[in-house]
Amino acid sequence: MKFGVLMFPGSNCEHDAYHAIRKVMGQPAEFIWHQSTDLKDCQAIIVPGGFSYGDYLRTGAIARFSPVMGAVRQFADRGGLVLGICNGFQILLESGLLPGAMLRNRGLKYVCRQVSIRVENARIPFTGLAREGDVWNIPIGHMEGNYALDADAFRKLERNRQVVFRYCTPDGEITAAANPNGSVANVAGICNSSGNVLGMMPHPERASEPLLGSEDGVRLFRSMIQSRSQV
Amino acid sequence: MRARVYVSLKKSVLDPQGKTIHHSLQNIGFRQITEVRQGKFFEIDFASDLTREEVQAEVEKIARDVLTNPVIEEFSYRIE
Repeated sequence: MKFGVLMFPGSNCEHDAYHAIRKVMGQPAEFIWHQSTDLKDCQAIIVPGGFSYGDYLRTGAIARFSPVMGAVRQFADRGGLVLGICNGFQILLESGLLPGAMLRNRGLKYVCRQVSIRVENARIPFTGLAREGDVWNIPIGHMEGNYALDADAFRKLERNRQVVFRYCTPDGEITAAANPNGSVANVAGICNSSGNVLGMMPHPERASEPLLGSEDGVRLFRSMIQSRSQV
Repeated sequence: MRARVYVSLKKSVLDPQGKTIHHSLQNIGFRQITEVRQGKFFEIDFASDLTREEVQAEVEKIARDVLTNPVIEEFSYRIE
């Protein structure tokens, strides 16, 4: 399955994602520049982490207006797989491809560490090979990961099973202490209502080889690949 | 004409930066403060041949579509 990895000025995880797809997963991947509207027949798009446009105005707020995001929106509307990681998640929120917004972390500090996340929905293409309740060990590194949404909209999100990952203890318990950034209901990742667009703050590409201390990110990429090979 | 746009977090949204500033102000002796909210401020200059109404329409669109994220923020502005 061919993956496209977007590049914005200020992206800095695009090479990690490219490496994980090509070298670890053995799949073709191409970089796609933010000025392009050609997604090069890719079957999945990764919006990578970093500091697109220096995080000016709000994280992801400027990247949203890039020409490539128009193409990504059309791709998503047709059911294409779109994975936003960290700043990529923030860009998807600002683009309206996912609901909600990011606030500064509750502790006002950049948090960079390994966290545990629990799979809450294993019925989407990104988690098809997982089981609900599985705990993945994946690192985060962000300043604005405090996911916010008003109470009514959040209830709807939960009803639709759009909460895909929550921060948890290593045993899989959802506690306030396991929440690194103040995110509502420990949310670490959400999907759109049809399940083909996922945004997550943890970095699966940074948890894809034994050398990195965890290979749990591979489960996500493998699920994506598997979901399309069945079609 | 110049527009001054003020963007702030909605009242319903917790403002951790404002809270931290508030605590610091209390710690150094400003004890009468009941709340601090932090926001953003923009000065936008428009070409002189626009009418006030045109500027107003543009400012509102810019503030709504770009300067704020309506999920968490609101804005006010004045035109001079």
